Amino acid sequence: MSGANVANRRSPWLLMHALAVFAFLYLPIAILIIYSFNGAGVGGFPPRDLTLDWYRRLFADSAIWESVGNSLMVAGCAVAIALGLGIPAALALDRAQFPGKALFRRVVLLPLILPGIITGLSLLMLFNESRIKLSLLTIILGHGTALISVATTEVFAGLQKLERAQEEASLDLGANYWQTFLRITLPNLKLSIIGAALLIFTLSMDEIAVSFFLIGRNNTLPLEIWGRLRRGITPEINAISTIIFVFSLAAIVLWYRLRRSAEGPPEIAAELIETVVQGD
Amino acid sequence: MFSRTYRAVVTVPPLLWVTVFLLVPYLLMFCYSFWSVSTSQNVVHSWTLSNYRQLVGVHVYGQTLLRSMWIAARVMLFSLLLGYPLAYFLSFYAGRRKDLFYQLVIIPLWVSYLVRAYAWKTILGSDGVLNTLLQYVHLTKHPLEFLLYSPFAVVLTLTHIYTPFAFLPIYASLEHIPRPLIEASQDLGASAAQTFWRVVFPLSIPGVLAGATFAFVLSLGDFLAPLLLGGPSGIMISNIVVSLFGAAYNWPLGAAISLGMLVLVVSLLFVSEGLEKKWRFS
Repeated sequence: MSGANVANRRSPWLLMHALAVFAFLYLPIAILIIYSFNGAGVGGFPPRDLTLDWYRRLFADSAIWESVGNSLMVAGCAVAIALGLGIPAALALDRAQFPGKALFRRVVLLPLILPGIITGLSLLMLFNESRIKLSLLTIILGHGTALISVATTEVFAGLQKLERAQEEASLDLGANYWQTFLRITLPNLKLSIIGAALLIFTLSMDEIAVSFFLIGRNNTLPLEIWGRLRRGITPEINAISTIIFVFSLAAIVLWYRLRRSAEGPPEIAAELIETVVQGD
Repeated sequence: MFSRTYRAVVTVPPLLWVTVFLLVPYLLMFCYSFWSVSTSQNVVHSWTLSNYRQLVGVHVYGQTLLRSMWIAARVMLFSLLLGYPLAYFLSFYAGRRKDLFYQLVIIPLWVSYLVRAYAWKTILGSDGVLNTLLQYVHLTKHPLEFLLYSPFAVVLTLTHIYTPFAFLPIYASLEHIPRPLIEASQDLGASAAQTFWRVVFPLSIPGVLAGATFAFVLSLGDFLAPLLLGGPSGIMISNIVVSLFGAAYNWPLGAAISLGMLVLVVSLLFVSEGLEKKWRFS
Protein backbone atom coordinates (compact mmCIF):
# COMPACT_ATOMS: atom_id res chain seq x y z
CA MET A 1 0.00 0.00 0.00
CA SER A 2 2.68 2.51 0.95
CA GLY A 3 6.19 3.17 -0.33
CA ALA A 4 9.02 2.93 2.18
CA ASN A 5 9.73 6.65 2.27
CA VAL A 6 6.06 7.36 2.95
CA ALA A 7 5.58 4.79 5.69
CA ASN A 8 8.49 5.69 7.93
CA ARG A 9 8.00 9.41 8.33
CA ARG A 10 7.80 10.98 11.75
CA SER A 11 6.17 14.13 12.95
CA PRO A 12 6.29 15.03 16.65
CA TRP A 13 3.55 17.66 16.21
CA LEU A 14 1.11 15.30 14.63
CA LEU A 15 1.91 12.66 17.20
CA MET A 16 1.28 15.13 20.04
CA HIS A 17 -1.99 16.21 18.44
CA ALA A 18 -3.05 12.59 18.10
CA LEU A 19 -2.24 11.88 21.74
CA ALA A 20 -4.17 14.99 22.80
CA VAL A 21 -7.23 13.89 20.81
CA PHE A 22 -7.03 10.43 22.35
CA ALA A 23 -6.80 12.03 25.81
CA PHE A 24 -9.92 14.07 24.99
CA LEU A 25 -11.77 10.99 23.75
CA TYR A 26 -10.79 8.78 26.69
CA LEU A 27 -10.81 11.25 29.59
CA PRO A 28 -14.57 11.03 30.27
CA ILE A 29 -14.49 7.25 29.98
CA ALA A 30 -11.56 7.00 32.40
CA ILE A 31 -13.27 9.33 34.87
CA LEU A 32 -16.47 7.36 34.57
CA ILE A 33 -14.70 4.13 35.48
CA ILE A 34 -12.57 5.61 38.27
CA TYR A 35 -15.54 7.22 40.00
CA SER A 36 -17.56 4.02 39.86
CA PHE A 37 -15.19 2.89 42.64
CA ASN A 38 -15.26 6.20 44.52
CA GLY A 39 -16.86 6.03 47.98
CA ALA A 40 -17.37 9.80 48.14
CA GLY A 41 -19.70 9.77 45.14
CA VAL A 42 -19.51 11.35 41.68
CA GLY A 43 -17.04 14.20 41.24
CA GLY A 44 -14.74 15.57 43.89
CA PHE A 45 -10.98 15.53 43.42
CA PRO A 46 -9.03 13.52 44.39
CA PRO A 47 -11.10 10.35 44.35
CA ARG A 48 -11.13 8.75 47.80
CA ASP A 49 -12.48 5.74 49.71
CA LEU A 50 -12.09 2.98 47.16
CA THR A 51 -15.28 0.92 47.34
CA LEU A 52 -17.43 -1.65 45.57
CA ASP A 53 -20.58 -0.30 47.22
CA TRP A 54 -21.99 1.17 44.01
CA TYR A 55 -21.70 -2.21 42.31
CA ARG A 56 -23.37 -3.89 45.30
CA ARG A 57 -26.17 -1.37 45.17
CA LEU A 58 -26.43 -1.82 41.43
CA PHE A 59 -26.79 -5.58 41.69
CA ALA A 60 -29.61 -5.13 44.18
CA ASP A 61 -31.39 -2.61 41.94
CA SER A 62 -34.19 -4.54 40.27
CA ALA A 63 -35.42 -1.63 38.10
CA ILE A 64 -32.05 -1.39 36.34
CA TRP A 65 -31.87 -5.11 35.67
CA GLU A 66 -35.40 -5.15 34.38
CA SER A 67 -34.46 -2.41 31.93
CA VAL A 68 -31.32 -4.35 30.95
CA GLY A 69 -33.56 -7.34 30.21
CA ASN A 70 -35.87 -5.13 28.13
CA SER A 71 -32.93 -3.69 26.21
CA LEU A 72 -31.50 -7.13 25.47
CA MET A 73 -34.90 -8.28 24.24
CA VAL A 74 -35.40 -5.18 22.09
CA ALA A 75 -31.89 -5.48 20.63
CA GLY A 76 -32.40 -9.17 19.87
CA CYS A 77 -35.69 -8.52 18.06
CA ALA A 78 -34.20 -5.51 16.25
CA VAL A 79 -31.42 -7.77 14.95
CA ALA A 80 -34.01 -10.29 13.75
CA ILE A 81 -36.12 -7.65 11.95
CA ALA A 82 -33.16 -5.79 10.46
CA LEU A 83 -31.53 -8.99 9.19
CA GLY A 84 -34.84 -10.53 8.10
CA LEU A 85 -35.46 -7.53 5.83
CA GLY A 86 -31.91 -6.35 5.25
CA ILE A 87 -30.65 -9.61 3.74
CA PRO A 88 -33.44 -9.81 1.10
CA ALA A 89 -33.02 -6.08 0.49
CA ALA A 90 -29.31 -6.59 -0.21
CA LEU A 91 -30.14 -9.49 -2.57
CA ALA A 92 -32.72 -7.30 -4.29
CA LEU A 93 -30.27 -4.44 -4.73
CA ASP A 94 -27.67 -6.86 -6.08
CA ARG A 95 -29.90 -8.93 -8.39
CA ALA A 96 -33.20 -7.28 -9.22
CA GLN A 97 -34.32 -4.20 -11.05
CA PHE A 98 -37.42 -2.56 -9.65
CA PRO A 99 -39.04 0.84 -9.87
CA GLY A 100 -37.89 3.13 -7.07
CA LYS A 101 -34.61 1.26 -6.53
CA ALA A 102 -32.58 4.45 -6.20
CA LEU A 103 -35.16 6.00 -3.88
CA PHE A 104 -35.21 2.82 -1.78
CA ARG A 105 -31.45 2.96 -1.24
CA ARG A 106 -31.72 6.53 -0.05
CA VAL A 107 -34.77 6.16 2.16
CA VAL A 108 -33.30 3.11 3.90
CA LEU A 109 -30.24 5.13 4.87
CA LEU A 110 -32.18 8.15 6.15
CA PRO A 111 -32.56 7.02 9.79
CA LEU A 112 -28.78 6.86 10.11
CA ILE A 113 -28.19 10.30 8.62
CA LEU A 114 -31.14 12.26 9.98
CA PRO A 115 -31.20 13.35 13.61
CA GLY A 116 -32.94 10.58 15.58
CA ILE A 117 -35.71 12.93 16.70
CA ILE A 118 -37.16 13.11 13.18
CA THR A 119 -37.40 9.35 12.75
CA GLY A 120 -38.70 8.93 16.30
CA LEU A 121 -41.41 11.55 15.92
CA SER A 122 -42.60 10.40 12.51
CA LEU A 123 -42.99 6.85 13.85
CA LEU A 124 -44.80 8.25 16.88
CA MET A 125 -47.29 9.94 14.54
CA LEU A 126 -47.73 6.70 12.58
CA PHE A 127 -48.51 4.72 15.74
CA ASN A 128 -50.77 7.48 17.00
CA GLU A 129 -52.77 7.65 13.76
CA SER A 130 -53.14 3.87 13.62
CA ARG A 131 -54.10 3.72 17.32
CA ILE A 132 -51.23 1.45 18.29
CA LYS A 133 -50.35 1.74 21.99
CA LEU A 134 -46.72 2.56 22.74
CA SER A 135 -44.81 -0.35 24.27
CA LEU A 136 -41.58 -2.24 23.86
CA LEU A 137 -43.06 -3.52 20.59
CA THR A 138 -43.15 -0.02 19.10
CA ILE A 139 -39.51 0.47 20.14
CA ILE A 140 -38.61 -2.85 18.49
CA LEU A 141 -40.34 -1.75 15.27
CA GLY A 142 -38.49 1.57 15.43
CA HIS A 143 -35.06 0.05 16.02
CA GLY A 144 -35.58 -2.75 13.52
CA THR A 145 -36.63 -0.30 10.82
CA ALA A 146 -33.95 2.27 11.54
CA LEU A 147 -31.22 -0.38 11.40
CA ILE A 148 -32.25 -2.26 8.22
CA SER A 149 -29.68 -0.14 6.40
CA VAL A 150 -26.87 -1.57 8.53
CA ALA A 151 -27.78 -5.12 7.51
CA THR A 152 -28.38 -4.10 3.88
CA THR A 153 -25.05 -2.34 3.38
CA GLU A 154 -22.92 -4.94 5.17
CA VAL A 155 -24.58 -7.85 3.35
CA PHE A 156 -24.55 -6.01 0.02
CA ALA A 157 -20.79 -5.54 0.39
CA GLY A 158 -20.48 -9.25 1.14
CA LEU A 159 -22.48 -10.09 -2.00
CA GLN A 160 -20.16 -7.99 -4.14
CA LYS A 161 -17.26 -10.22 -3.09
CA LEU A 162 -19.22 -13.41 -3.62
CA GLU A 163 -18.34 -15.46 -6.69
CA ARG A 164 -21.61 -15.85 -8.52
CA ALA A 165 -20.27 -18.92 -10.36
CA GLN A 166 -20.73 -20.93 -7.16
CA GLU A 167 -24.42 -20.16 -7.07
CA GLU A 168 -24.72 -20.82 -10.80
CA ALA A 169 -23.06 -24.22 -10.37
CA SER A 170 -25.42 -25.09 -7.55
CA LEU A 171 -28.46 -24.16 -9.66
CA ASP A 172 -27.12 -26.03 -12.69
CA LEU A 173 -26.63 -29.13 -10.58
CA GLY A 174 -30.31 -29.16 -9.76
CA ALA A 175 -30.54 -27.41 -6.39
CA ASN A 176 -33.47 -25.03 -6.12
CA TYR A 177 -33.16 -21.35 -5.14
CA TRP A 178 -33.90 -22.00 -1.49
CA GLN A 179 -31.29 -24.78 -1.24
CA THR A 180 -28.77 -22.63 -3.06
CA PHE A 181 -29.47 -19.75 -0.71
CA LEU A 182 -29.06 -21.89 2.41
CA ARG A 183 -26.05 -23.92 1.26
CA ILE A 184 -24.07 -21.45 -0.86
CA THR A 185 -25.17 -17.84 -0.44
CA LEU A 186 -25.73 -17.74 3.30
CA PRO A 187 -22.48 -19.53 4.35
CA ASN A 188 -20.52 -17.17 2.11
CA LEU A 189 -22.15 -14.17 3.76
CA LYS A 190 -21.57 -15.49 7.28
CA LEU A 191 -19.03 -12.85 8.28
CA SER A 192 -21.02 -9.93 6.87
CA ILE A 193 -24.11 -11.15 8.68
CA ILE A 194 -22.37 -11.65 12.03
CA GLY A 195 -20.75 -8.25 11.68
CA ALA A 196 -24.07 -6.61 10.87
CA ALA A 197 -25.78 -8.40 13.76
CA LEU A 198 -23.12 -7.26 16.25
CA LEU A 199 -23.38 -3.69 15.02
CA ILE A 200 -27.19 -3.65 15.05
CA PHE A 201 -27.27 -5.17 18.52
CA THR A 202 -24.89 -2.57 19.93
CA LEU A 203 -26.57 0.35 18.21
CA SER A 204 -29.95 -0.79 19.50
CA MET A 205 -28.67 -1.29 23.07
CA ASP A 206 -27.44 2.30 23.06
CA GLU A 207 -30.27 3.93 21.08
CA ILE A 208 -32.16 6.69 22.87
CA ALA A 209 -33.36 9.42 20.46
CA VAL A 210 -35.92 7.18 18.70
CA SER A 211 -36.85 5.19 21.83
CA PHE A 212 -37.40 8.46 23.69
CA PHE A 213 -40.61 9.04 21.72
CA LEU A 214 -41.79 5.45 21.38
CA ILE A 215 -41.52 4.40 25.01
CA GLY A 216 -44.51 2.83 26.72
CA ARG A 217 -44.54 1.73 30.32
CA ASN A 218 -41.36 -0.37 30.24
CA ASN A 219 -37.98 1.33 30.05
CA THR A 220 -34.97 0.29 28.03
CA LEU A 221 -31.63 0.72 29.78
CA PRO A 222 -30.72 4.09 28.21
CA LEU A 223 -34.16 5.46 29.10
CA GLU A 224 -33.88 4.13 32.65
CA ILE A 225 -30.51 5.87 32.95
CA TRP A 226 -32.01 9.01 31.43
CA GLY A 227 -34.82 9.00 33.99
CA ARG A 228 -32.32 8.74 36.82
CA LEU A 229 -30.08 11.47 35.43
CA ARG A 230 -32.98 13.87 35.48
CA ARG A 231 -33.43 13.19 39.19
CA GLY A 232 -29.76 13.65 40.05
CA ILE A 233 -26.50 11.86 39.47
CA THR A 234 -25.43 8.69 41.22
CA PRO A 235 -22.30 6.50 40.92
CA GLU A 236 -24.59 3.55 40.23
CA ILE A 237 -24.79 4.95 36.68
CA ASN A 238 -20.97 4.87 36.55
CA ALA A 239 -21.04 1.26 37.69
CA ILE A 240 -23.55 0.05 35.08
CA SER A 241 -21.74 2.03 32.37
CA THR A 242 -18.43 0.44 33.35
CA ILE A 243 -19.97 -3.01 33.11
CA ILE A 244 -21.45 -2.26 29.68
CA PHE A 245 -18.11 -0.87 28.52
CA VAL A 246 -16.35 -4.08 29.55
CA PHE A 247 -18.93 -6.15 27.65
CA SER A 248 -18.58 -3.95 24.56
CA LEU A 249 -14.80 -4.36 24.65
CA ALA A 250 -15.25 -8.11 24.91
CA ALA A 251 -17.57 -8.03 21.88
CA ILE A 252 -15.01 -6.03 19.87
CA VAL A 253 -12.17 -8.42 20.76
CA LEU A 254 -14.37 -11.37 19.85
CA TRP A 255 -15.23 -9.79 16.52
CA TYR A 256 -11.54 -9.16 15.68
CA ARG A 257 -10.59 -12.73 16.50
CA LEU A 258 -13.34 -13.96 14.21
CA ARG A 259 -12.46 -11.57 11.44
CA ARG A 260 -8.71 -11.97 11.65
CA SER A 261 -8.96 -15.74 11.31
CA ALA A 262 -10.95 -15.21 8.13
CA GLU A 263 -9.37 -12.29 6.29
CA GLY A 264 -7.24 -9.18 6.44
CA PRO A 265 -7.38 -6.15 8.72
CA PRO A 266 -10.67 -5.83 10.57
CA GLU A 267 -12.71 -2.71 10.16
CA ILE A 268 -16.03 -2.55 11.91
CA ALA A 269 -18.72 -0.86 9.88
CA ALA A 270 -16.28 0.11 7.13
CA GLU A 271 -18.81 -0.75 4.43
CA LEU A 272 -21.53 1.15 6.21
CA ILE A 273 -19.40 4.26 6.50
CA GLU A 274 -18.43 4.08 2.83
CA THR A 275 -22.06 3.77 1.78
CA VAL A 276 -23.33 6.56 3.99
CA VAL A 277 -20.48 8.80 2.90
CA GLN A 278 -20.95 8.18 -0.80
CA GLY A 279 -24.71 8.39 -0.68
CA ASP A 280 -25.25 5.86 -3.44
CA MET B 1 -30.03 -16.50 -13.74
CA PHE B 2 -32.48 -15.51 -11.02
CA SER B 3 -36.14 -16.20 -11.70
CA ARG B 4 -38.93 -13.69 -11.46
CA THR B 5 -40.24 -15.31 -8.29
CA TYR B 6 -36.83 -15.14 -6.67
CA ARG B 7 -36.55 -11.46 -7.44
CA ALA B 8 -40.07 -10.77 -6.20
CA VAL B 9 -39.47 -12.66 -2.95
CA VAL B 10 -36.37 -10.65 -2.11
CA THR B 11 -37.76 -7.32 -3.30
CA VAL B 12 -41.33 -7.06 -2.12
CA PRO B 13 -41.05 -7.56 1.69
CA PRO B 14 -38.29 -4.98 2.30
CA LEU B 15 -39.95 -2.57 -0.08
CA LEU B 16 -43.31 -2.86 1.69
CA TRP B 17 -41.77 -2.61 5.15
CA VAL B 18 -39.72 0.45 4.31
CA THR B 19 -42.76 2.08 2.73
CA VAL B 20 -44.96 1.47 5.78
CA PHE B 21 -42.44 2.22 8.52
CA LEU B 22 -40.26 4.89 6.92
CA LEU B 23 -41.80 6.54 3.89
CA VAL B 24 -45.36 6.79 5.26
CA PRO B 25 -44.22 8.18 8.66
CA TYR B 26 -42.08 10.86 6.98
CA LEU B 27 -45.07 11.77 4.77
CA LEU B 28 -47.32 11.75 7.82
CA MET B 29 -45.03 14.30 9.45
CA PHE B 30 -45.55 16.43 6.37
CA CYS B 31 -49.35 16.11 6.74
CA TYR B 32 -49.30 16.82 10.45
CA SER B 33 -47.47 20.07 9.86
CA PHE B 34 -50.58 21.34 7.99
CA TRP B 35 -53.04 20.21 10.66
CA SER B 36 -53.89 21.98 13.92
CA VAL B 37 -55.05 21.35 17.48
CA SER B 38 -58.49 22.23 18.82
CA THR B 39 -59.02 23.99 22.15
CA SER B 40 -59.75 20.60 23.69
CA GLN B 41 -56.28 19.59 22.50
CA ASN B 42 -57.33 17.14 19.83
CA VAL B 43 -55.56 17.03 16.50
CA VAL B 44 -57.84 18.49 13.81
CA HIS B 45 -57.31 16.88 10.41
CA SER B 46 -58.07 19.92 8.29
CA TRP B 47 -55.49 21.78 6.27
CA THR B 48 -54.09 25.10 7.45
CA LEU B 49 -50.92 27.15 7.11
CA SER B 50 -51.14 28.48 10.67
CA ASN B 51 -48.19 26.42 11.94
CA TYR B 52 -45.94 27.84 9.27
CA ARG B 53 -47.24 31.34 10.00
CA GLN B 54 -46.26 30.85 13.64
CA LEU B 55 -42.91 29.45 12.62
CA VAL B 56 -42.12 32.63 10.72
CA GLY B 57 -43.95 35.03 13.03
CA VAL B 58 -42.75 33.94 16.47
CA HIS B 59 -39.15 35.01 16.85
CA VAL B 60 -38.11 32.46 19.42
CA TYR B 61 -38.25 29.66 16.82
CA GLY B 62 -35.98 31.41 14.36
CA GLN B 63 -33.61 32.51 17.11
CA THR B 64 -33.38 29.01 18.55
CA LEU B 65 -32.81 27.54 15.11
CA LEU B 66 -30.00 30.03 14.52
CA ARG B 67 -28.48 29.22 17.90
CA SER B 68 -28.67 25.50 17.11
CA MET B 69 -26.95 26.08 13.79
CA TRP B 70 -24.27 28.14 15.49
CA ILE B 71 -23.69 25.38 18.06
CA ALA B 72 -23.65 22.76 15.28
CA ALA B 73 -21.22 24.87 13.23
CA ARG B 74 -18.81 25.09 16.16
CA VAL B 75 -19.09 21.34 16.77
CA MET B 76 -18.38 20.75 13.08
CA LEU B 77 -15.35 23.05 13.11
CA PHE B 78 -13.82 21.56 16.25
CA SER B 79 -14.50 17.98 15.12
CA LEU B 80 -12.67 18.69 11.87
CA LEU B 81 -9.79 20.41 13.67
CA LEU B 82 -9.43 17.38 15.93
CA GLY B 83 -10.33 14.72 13.37
CA TYR B 84 -8.38 15.79 10.27
CA PRO B 85 -4.84 15.89 11.70
CA LEU B 86 -5.58 12.67 13.56
CA ALA B 87 -6.70 10.96 10.35
CA TYR B 88 -3.68 12.36 8.50
CA PHE B 89 -1.36 11.12 11.21
CA LEU B 90 -2.91 7.65 11.17
CA SER B 91 -2.90 7.33 7.42
CA PHE B 92 0.62 8.60 6.74
CA TYR B 93 2.67 8.48 9.92
CA ALA B 94 1.39 5.72 12.19
CA GLY B 95 3.15 2.91 10.32
CA ARG B 96 2.56 -0.48 11.85
CA ARG B 97 0.46 0.92 14.67
CA LYS B 98 -2.18 2.16 12.22
CA ASP B 99 -4.71 -0.58 12.99
CA LEU B 100 -4.33 -0.19 16.73
CA PHE B 101 -4.84 3.59 16.57
CA TYR B 102 -7.84 3.12 14.28
CA GLN B 103 -9.49 0.83 16.81
CA LEU B 104 -8.71 3.34 19.56
CA VAL B 105 -10.75 5.95 17.70
CA ILE B 106 -13.64 3.51 17.26
CA ILE B 107 -13.84 2.18 20.82
CA PRO B 108 -15.37 5.33 22.38
CA LEU B 109 -18.25 4.92 19.90
CA TRP B 110 -19.14 1.74 21.77
CA VAL B 111 -19.66 3.66 24.98
CA SER B 112 -23.22 4.90 25.21
CA TYR B 113 -23.82 8.44 23.98
CA LEU B 114 -25.84 9.15 27.09
CA VAL B 115 -23.16 7.85 29.40
CA ARG B 116 -20.48 9.99 27.81
CA ALA B 117 -22.66 13.10 28.06
CA TYR B 118 -23.26 12.19 31.69
CA ALA B 119 -19.51 11.76 32.25
CA TRP B 120 -18.96 15.34 31.02
CA LYS B 121 -21.60 16.48 33.44
CA THR B 122 -19.72 14.92 36.35
CA ILE B 123 -16.53 16.58 35.09
CA LEU B 124 -17.90 20.08 34.51
CA GLY B 125 -20.31 20.50 37.43
CA SER B 126 -19.70 23.08 40.17
CA ASP B 127 -18.57 20.30 42.52
CA GLY B 128 -17.46 18.17 39.59
CA VAL B 129 -14.04 16.71 38.91
CA LEU B 130 -12.59 19.71 37.09
CA ASN B 131 -13.69 22.37 39.58
CA THR B 132 -12.59 20.39 42.62
CA LEU B 133 -9.28 19.67 40.89
CA LEU B 134 -8.72 23.38 40.19
CA GLN B 135 -9.46 24.20 43.81
CA TYR B 136 -7.33 21.30 45.02
CA VAL B 137 -4.27 22.72 43.26
CA HIS B 138 -5.31 26.25 44.34
CA LEU B 139 -5.76 27.61 40.86
CA THR B 140 -9.25 28.85 41.71
CA LYS B 141 -11.00 29.60 44.99
CA HIS B 142 -14.58 29.20 43.85
CA PRO B 143 -16.10 26.80 41.34
CA LEU B 144 -16.23 28.12 37.77
CA GLU B 145 -19.97 28.24 37.07
CA PHE B 146 -19.80 28.77 33.32
CA LEU B 147 -18.47 25.25 32.70
CA LEU B 148 -21.80 23.47 33.05
CA TYR B 149 -25.29 24.54 31.90
CA SER B 150 -23.96 26.64 29.04
CA PRO B 151 -23.59 26.38 25.26
CA PHE B 152 -19.90 25.75 26.00
CA ALA B 153 -20.75 22.47 27.75
CA VAL B 154 -22.99 21.43 24.84
CA VAL B 155 -20.35 22.22 22.21
CA LEU B 156 -17.65 20.41 24.20
CA THR B 157 -19.76 17.29 24.70
CA LEU B 158 -21.03 17.13 21.13
CA THR B 159 -17.49 17.66 19.82
CA HIS B 160 -16.39 14.74 21.97
CA ILE B 161 -19.18 12.59 20.54
CA TYR B 162 -18.91 13.55 16.87
CA THR B 163 -15.12 13.77 16.44
CA PRO B 164 -14.92 10.04 15.57
CA PHE B 165 -17.75 10.56 13.06
CA ALA B 166 -15.78 13.35 11.40
CA PHE B 167 -12.60 11.29 11.56
CA LEU B 168 -13.94 8.17 9.84
CA PRO B 169 -14.76 9.49 6.34
CA ILE B 170 -11.63 11.69 6.33
CA TYR B 171 -9.51 8.68 7.19
CA ALA B 172 -11.24 6.62 4.50
CA SER B 173 -10.57 9.28 1.87
CA LEU B 174 -6.90 9.60 2.91
CA GLU B 175 -6.49 5.84 2.74
CA HIS B 176 -7.82 5.86 -0.82
CA ILE B 177 -5.16 8.26 -2.06
CA PRO B 178 -2.79 6.28 -4.29
CA ARG B 179 0.60 6.45 -2.59
CA PRO B 180 2.53 6.72 -5.87
CA LEU B 181 0.95 10.18 -6.32
CA ILE B 182 2.70 11.35 -3.19
CA GLU B 183 5.99 9.78 -4.18
CA ALA B 184 5.70 11.42 -7.59
CA SER B 185 5.10 14.79 -5.95
CA GLN B 186 8.16 14.33 -3.75
CA ASP B 187 10.31 13.04 -6.61
CA LEU B 188 9.39 16.09 -8.64
CA GLY B 189 10.80 18.29 -5.88
CA ALA B 190 7.69 19.44 -3.99
CA SER B 191 8.19 20.18 -0.31
CA ALA B 192 6.17 18.37 2.33
CA ALA B 193 3.84 21.36 2.65
CA GLN B 194 3.38 21.64 -1.12
CA THR B 195 2.65 17.91 -1.35
CA PHE B 196 0.06 18.24 1.38
CA TRP B 197 -1.75 21.30 0.02
CA ARG B 198 -1.52 20.44 -3.67
CA VAL B 199 -2.00 16.66 -3.60
CA VAL B 200 -3.22 15.23 -0.31
CA PHE B 201 -5.68 17.86 0.84
CA PRO B 202 -7.62 18.28 -2.44
CA LEU B 203 -7.99 14.51 -2.67
CA SER B 204 -9.33 14.33 0.88
CA ILE B 205 -12.02 16.99 0.35
CA PRO B 206 -14.85 14.45 -0.20
CA GLY B 207 -14.01 12.93 3.18
CA VAL B 208 -13.87 16.34 4.84
CA LEU B 209 -17.26 17.26 3.37
CA ALA B 210 -18.80 14.01 4.57
CA GLY B 211 -17.29 14.35 8.05
CA ALA B 212 -18.40 17.98 8.30
CA THR B 213 -21.93 17.03 7.22
CA PHE B 214 -22.15 14.24 9.79
CA ALA B 215 -20.97 16.45 12.63
CA PHE B 216 -23.21 19.38 11.65
CA VAL B 217 -26.39 17.45 10.91
CA LEU B 218 -26.24 15.10 13.87
CA SER B 219 -25.48 17.82 16.39
CA LEU B 220 -28.08 20.18 14.87
CA GLY B 221 -30.88 17.80 15.82
CA ASP B 222 -29.55 16.82 19.23
CA PHE B 223 -31.81 17.37 22.22
CA LEU B 224 -30.30 15.21 24.96
CA ALA B 225 -27.01 17.03 25.46
CA PRO B 226 -28.76 20.43 25.73
CA LEU B 227 -31.26 19.00 28.24
CA LEU B 228 -28.50 17.45 30.29
CA LEU B 229 -25.76 20.08 30.05
CA GLY B 230 -27.12 23.13 28.27
CA GLY B 231 -29.16 25.02 30.83
CA PRO B 232 -31.50 27.78 29.64
CA SER B 233 -28.87 29.40 27.39
CA GLY B 234 -28.10 26.10 25.67
CA ILE B 235 -31.63 25.25 24.48
CA MET B 236 -31.69 23.95 20.91
CA ILE B 237 -34.42 23.65 18.30
CA SER B 238 -35.13 19.98 19.04
CA ASN B 239 -35.81 20.86 22.68
CA ILE B 240 -38.67 23.06 21.52
CA VAL B 241 -39.99 20.21 19.40
CA VAL B 242 -39.76 17.84 22.38
CA SER B 243 -41.76 20.21 24.55
CA LEU B 244 -44.37 20.68 21.81
CA PHE B 245 -44.80 16.93 21.67
CA GLY B 246 -44.89 16.72 25.46
CA ALA B 247 -46.17 19.25 27.96
CA ALA B 248 -47.05 21.99 25.48
CA TYR B 249 -49.06 19.47 23.42
CA ASN B 250 -49.07 20.95 19.95
CA TRP B 251 -48.02 18.13 17.67
CA PRO B 252 -48.79 19.93 14.39
CA LEU B 253 -46.55 22.87 15.29
CA GLY B 254 -43.88 20.44 16.45
CA ALA B 255 -44.22 18.58 13.14
CA ALA B 256 -43.84 21.84 11.21
CA ILE B 257 -40.60 22.64 13.03
CA SER B 258 -39.32 19.08 12.52
CA LEU B 259 -40.18 19.29 8.86
CA GLY B 260 -38.28 22.55 8.59
CA MET B 261 -35.32 20.79 10.16
CA LEU B 262 -35.77 17.81 7.80
CA VAL B 263 -35.78 20.05 4.74
CA LEU B 264 -32.70 21.91 5.98
CA VAL B 265 -30.85 18.66 6.68
CA VAL B 266 -31.79 16.97 3.40
CA SER B 267 -30.77 20.01 1.36
CA LEU B 268 -27.45 20.12 3.21
CA LEU B 269 -26.97 16.45 2.37
CA PHE B 270 -27.67 17.14 -1.30
CA VAL B 271 -25.30 20.10 -1.42
CA SER B 272 -22.55 18.17 0.29
CA GLU B 273 -23.10 15.18 -1.99
CA GLY B 274 -22.91 17.41 -5.05
CA LEU B 275 -19.69 18.97 -3.82
CA GLU B 276 -18.26 15.55 -2.98
CA LYS B 277 -18.95 14.33 -6.52
CA LYS B 278 -17.25 17.39 -7.90
CA TRP B 279 -14.15 16.81 -5.84
CA ARG B 280 -13.99 13.05 -6.16
CA PHE B 281 -10.85 11.79 -7.83
CA SER B 282 -11.23 9.23 -10.65
